[in-house]
Amino acid sequence: MSILAIQLLNSLFYASVLFLIAAGLSLIFGVMRIVNLAHGSLFAIGAYTGAWLVGQAIGFGVPAAWLLLVIPIAALAAALIGIVIEPLLLRPFYRRAEEYQLLVTFGLLLILEDLMRLVWGGLPLTADTVMDAMPVVHIGGLVYPGYNLLVIVIGIAAAVVLWLLIYETKFGVLLRATSQDRRMASALGLNVGLVYVAAFAIGCFMAGLGGAIVVPSHAAVLGMGVEALILAFVVVVVGGLGSLKGALVGALIVSFVRTAGIQFFPEVELAVLYLIAALVLIARPTGLFGTA
Amino acid sequence: MKAAAIALPRSPARPYAASVIGLAVLAAVPGFVGLYQTQLLTYGLIMAIAALGFNLLLGYTGLLSFGHSAYFGLGAYTVAFLLQWLGLHSMELYILLGLPVAAIVSALFGYICVRHTRIFFGILTLALSQVLYSLALKFFWVTGGTDGLRVPRPTLLAGLIDFAGSGGFPRFIRSYYYYVLGVFVLSTAIMWVIVHSPFGKALQAIRDNETRARFLGLRVRRFRWAAFLLSGTFTGLAGILWVPLNGLTTPDVLYWPFSGEIVFMTLLGGFRSFFGPIVGGIAFTFIKTYAVASTEYWQLLLGTVLVGLVLLLPTGIVGGLSQIAKRLRETKESAT
Repeated sequence: MSILAIQLLNSLFYASVLFLIAAGLSLIFGVMRIVNLAHGSLFAIGAYTGAWLVGQAIGFGVPAAWLLLVIPIAALAAALIGIVIEPLLLRPFYRRAEEYQLLVTFGLLLILEDLMRLVWGGLPLTADTVMDAMPVVHIGGLVYPGYNLLVIVIGIAAAVVLWLLIYETKFGVLLRATSQDRRMASALGLNVGLVYVAAFAIGCFMAGLGGAIVVPSHAAVLGMGVEALILAFVVVVVGGLGSLKGALVGALIVSFVRTAGIQFFPEVELAVLYLIAALVLIARPTGLFGTA
Repeated sequence: MKAAAIALPRSPARPYAASVIGLAVLAAVPGFVGLYQTQLLTYGLIMAIAALGFNLLLGYTGLLSFGHSAYFGLGAYTVAFLLQWLGLHSMELYILLGLPVAAIVSALFGYICVRHTRIFFGILTLALSQVLYSLALKFFWVTGGTDGLRVPRPTLLAGLIDFAGSGGFPRFIRSYYYYVLGVFVLSTAIMWVIVHSPFGKALQAIRDNETRARFLGLRVRRFRWAAFLLSGTFTGLAGILWVPLNGLTTPDVLYWPFSGEIVFMTLLGGFRSFFGPIVGGIAFTFIKTYAVASTEYWQLLLGTVLVGLVLLLPTGIVGGLSQIAKRLRETKESAT
């Protein structure tokens, strides 16, 4: 019974991280109609920055309780990179065929992957001090890291904040207007360029946040972004590209299938996920909640 | 429209003359360069076959597949299994038995994928290719996992040429180059016939305007399916030829970044021209090899090249060259 509870918590932990990556990917696609292949790399950048900052902070003798502050800083770093990338590399491509958009983001992925290697080297970077500083929780005689519960809380909080931002604020109205009809929004006097930068930066912030919260429990390694991107793809394909609700439901489905897969059918665990994505695309190309 | 306007004034004999010259150069190359360069060029020709197949979908049908690593890897793993399970050592048997496998899986995946176009087509091809990747990775007692499977040098021409004993490696590289060149010429000729046949014209009509093509009575989905099948099979052939040269097949050739590389080389050469992917495949192989040899951060270099290419030279090497040639012709005409 307690094993079941722990597996449930593990699923929610995965779902929180996956939601953060996939929601960013989905937001960027929903507003800008770009599938950002480099999105996973921004997740990795969040993870590396987080782990690196934790290492620096420990070097300066910052008390462990303050180390959690690293998480928003790392997410902001990813957002900053997004603010640089969008006007510089993506803006020239909105009017061109989507093949070129895919290719330019693929080029970006190669560049970012190597930049990370250049800056942080090829060895894994850990930040487990943060995790060790947190108390453990006892669930029916088994211990569970309290940090994982924090990640779940952050995931839920991020979903709520994003929901409020998109559906309850004026900025959200601008975002949705741009997403529905870019030209009309522009004709009505809206600064579409600014909305695009903001949307891209928020998307990158989410990815970076996902990376920063995962790094205390999993070390930052090369190639983690490429792997995460594919899982995020599965999430948005199942849930529906461009839908926030879809990203949430998709993340839950993928994490539960994955946790069950690791437990019961480890050999085909990944294949099953991709097959689910393919099946959803065949039956409902717009995903469970997509409208595009 | 633009392409037709450029192509019209040329005499039809021109591509044939250029092909004969190109072929003569390719045939002469091993006499002038070292073993290593010959080996690289063999890799280049193999990648050219893969890109040629890929471009039937991108350039001629207007579908961007991000999962062509699946068919390349399938060809490679089929060869490894033929060796492991049936003990086959003949290159001809590899090709004869490997091609149907690539064709059947392409037909199956294609049947699913062509129900969509644009971005969903791309994601679907990617998802399906990753099914194969994760299977190759996880069923390590069959596929060797990340260690992959070894494939030693096979015999060529039904056992006439084998490479056992000392000095086998240089002999293999030289013979295999001409073997691959032969297969390459044959596949290029077949592809040329395909894209210039009524079937090829129908694909281009679908690419340019799907609705009109449908009104003309073309069964769009069926044409796309056939194009997908042919495309996957060509790329599978490249995988079959690649594995004996590489000596080893690992899940890397099934992983999706390899699909990205196939897209990259096609774009590098130019996907709007028939010969673009060939130039791209060869050029990419050399650029990548030298980038990997000269710097640890070769991905950075390749990524920058890709972004620069897409920004500044979207028609690729061949497109850029033909633009320069056109400009030269125009200045010559205005001078006379």
